[in-house]
Amino acid sequence: MAREFTGAEIVIKALAEQGVEHLFGYPGGAVLPIYDEIFQQNSFQHILVRHEQGALHAAEGYARSTGEVGVALVTSGPGATNAVTGLTDAMLDSIPLICITGQVPTALIGMDAFQEADVVGITRPCTKHNYLVKHIDDLAKTIHEAFYIARTGRPGPVVIDIPKDIQFASGPYQSPKKVGHSTYRPQLKGDQNDIRKAVELIAAAKRPVFYTGGGVINSGSAASQLLIELVKMTDIPITSTLMGLGAFPASERQWLGMLGMHGTYEANLAMHDCDLMINIGARFDDRITGRLDAFSPNSTKIHVDIDKSSINKTVKVDLPIIGDVAHVLEDLLRIWKDKSPKQNSKARAAWWQQIDRWREKKCLSYKPDAEKIMPQLAIERLYELTKHEDTYITTEVGQHQMWAAQYYRFEEPKRFMTSGGLGTMGYGLPAALGVQVAHPDSLVIDIGGDGSVQMTMQEMSTAVQHGLPIKIFILNNSYLGMVRQWQELLHGGRYSHSYSEAIPDFVKLAEAYGGVGIRAEKPDELDDAIKEMISVDKPVLFDCMVQNLANCFPMIPSGEAHNHMLLADSEDIGSAISEKGKVLV
Amino acid sequence: MNTPQQTVGSAYFITKDSDKEESHTLSVLVDNEPGVLARVIGLIAGRGYNIDSLTVSEISHQKHISRITLVTIGTPQVIEQITHQLERLIPVHRVYDLTAGGPHIERELALVKVIGKGDARVEALRLAEAFRALVADASTEHFVFQITGRPTKIDQFISLMKPLGLVNVARTGIAAVSRGAEQI
Ligand SMILES: Cc1ncc(C[n+]2csc(CCOP(=O)(O)OP(=O)(O)O)c2C)c(N)n1
Ligand SMILES: [Mg+2]
Repeated sequence: MAREFTGAEIVIKALAEQGVEHLFGYPGGAVLPIYDEIFQQNSFQHILVRHEQGALHAAEGYARSTGEVGVALVTSGPGATNAVTGLTDAMLDSIPLICITGQVPTALIGMDAFQEADVVGITRPCTKHNYLVKHIDDLAKTIHEAFYIARTGRPGPVVIDIPKDIQFASGPYQSPKKVGHSTYRPQLKGDQNDIRKAVELIAAAKRPVFYTGGGVINSGSAASQLLIELVKMTDIPITSTLMGLGAFPASERQWLGMLGMHGTYEANLAMHDCDLMINIGARFDDRITGRLDAFSPNSTKIHVDIDKSSINKTVKVDLPIIGDVAHVLEDLLRIWKDKSPKQNSKARAAWWQQIDRWREKKCLSYKPDAEKIMPQLAIERLYELTKHEDTYITTEVGQHQMWAAQYYRFEEPKRFMTSGGLGTMGYGLPAALGVQVAHPDSLVIDIGGDGSVQMTMQEMSTAVQHGLPIKIFILNNSYLGMVRQWQELLHGGRYSHSYSEAIPDFVKLAEAYGGVGIRAEKPDELDDAIKEMISVDKPVLFDCMVQNLANCFPMIPSGEAHNHMLLADSEDIGSAISEKGKVLV
Repeated sequence: MNTPQQTVGSAYFITKDSDKEESHTLSVLVDNEPGVLARVIGLIAGRGYNIDSLTVSEISHQKHISRITLVTIGTPQVIEQITHQLERLIPVHRVYDLTAGGPHIERELALVKVIGKGDARVEALRLAEAFRALVADASTEHFVFQITGRPTKIDQFISLMKPLGLVNVARTGIAAVSRGAEQI
């Protein structure tokens, strides 16, 4: 007879066999048997966080910066409900995660037992899939299947809810079987005829643009390489969503910058005026399209996506190609090289001239300030002083996030971790933890806001305990700045509850946690302070006091099309949005 | 391709879809595992789609496969979304849009309770015979008719029973398969 193991042992064995090296978690009654096994093993390291939300975001940062599955372990009831924000975040940004939750013993399920919550019910809409394991014989198979589902196709979070009696029960262990699933079969290869059509459309286009997204990064490093090859070969301008930054190097001449609500003038106008849009791994999110009925009105649209439900969801496309980005690009490049089609060089030259005229607007310029640090300057200096380091950037959510996306220039995929779909304040600090765990010798910086960092600040304690020298670079404007900006635009400058009166002294706070606090208040202090931050081998809270009423531009206001952008020098932003636009968000 | 209109749109898309709404019958083959119906219904409710009719039953005991037949209303774009969103659920084998797929058969069963005396009672029984409804239960005061057929036929029968003492109806929802020698 095959050897039997306890459920808790099976969990550990299965994680080890899945190649898990790090686990972010928080103990409690319903996961004690698993914690007992963690104590007695050394195949992976457990990082004790301070709040379950932190464990999930750390696992997300880990996953995004490595391409591996991030793993979290939490207890039943409140442990699981605290994980919900992180699960939803991972769902919207397609991040591969496994979250193991403890559950009350099977016999008590449904009895309103202590720390019972209907975890599969609560997490059904915010996971790619979830399981309640009711039989010990299913446990190993379920864990392996969960990893397969999390990492393949369009990645996403998977919850495995394990009742405490199952953790104690004995049963057989099974290694992962051959990959595959009876009902879940993601399509990797695109339709060859459609790819051929795409080649023809691209060659014939007069004003084409690549619009790329997080799908390129999720598809793996090969996808980025193929994208670079394709863009350089065709010499077509390229823009990307927030989630796709880094897949194409920002230093290349074809790069137009990010598009969308706070995208560059040239990227948004190229999207609006193009005759062919080639969407690769992006999903026509509403922050990108703005007003849908005026979104790129005269273009033919190609859409490459691994998820069929992304096709025609908001924007009707002319040529959908279902498949994995790397697979599709590989075929596309091969067909292109076979045919070596002739492109319309005259039209293309005119298109580039047009783009250069848009670039001349210098939409990211801002008024310098001799006294106060402009937030844009802070990011520019941070970029200049860290670009030669092995740097990873995470962000919180707000103005600082958009400034990070605009002014930090990403050259490689997996270097930028941000909460795009859910827009979760408090994401960046724990995400930085996860990145630092995966890349212990790299420089990991969370570009934060004074509001956001207070949502998950307690993870500083985790950073200190585990010797993770993350750098929290706070653009401190004493405001919930993005809220304030919208109130200025939409609500007559009535700053209802967007000013923070009692922001902690971040320098002292850092010291209280056992980290290092650094403050910069004047532009001429900035460079030295940043250099100091880089040189410190401890967690740092960097309090960068910035001009507190600066706004984030360019901006496409609510209810407007891509060609109606507010630029930095717009005078009266209070009247920029129409009455109808004000009721929209 | 989108055509520009005069209306003010939104960062959140709330302009009206001008396409006509259609009723579609979808056949969803799923693994019959715990919670699968909750996944299907939760998805439809969560994304704001309509359900007009829903039936579920296991169709292969050995393979643990259930067939969910649902009737939904939406524009062609919404129907396509519903189909693809359902296919995204892990335990879903396939979703067939029977309406888009061509001719198909839809049948429903209803139990219709009518209470009455005298002429109304006689008339109810006469109509039931005309509709080939069976008498599933009866007393001197009531009938329970069992009627099967297309949903429109059942609608019609029910509306005819209204003035004749209709007190209650139970309908099963629609079961549907494609016509001809196809597998669906
Ligand atoms: C958890 C959560 N709550 C509320 C919001 C809404 N929100 C978006 S940006 C923002 C302000 C963020 O302030 P801060 O972190 O100081 O960044 P700033 O915009 O000032 O750079 C708020 C409240 C959110 N995105 N997430
Ligand atoms: Mg702020």
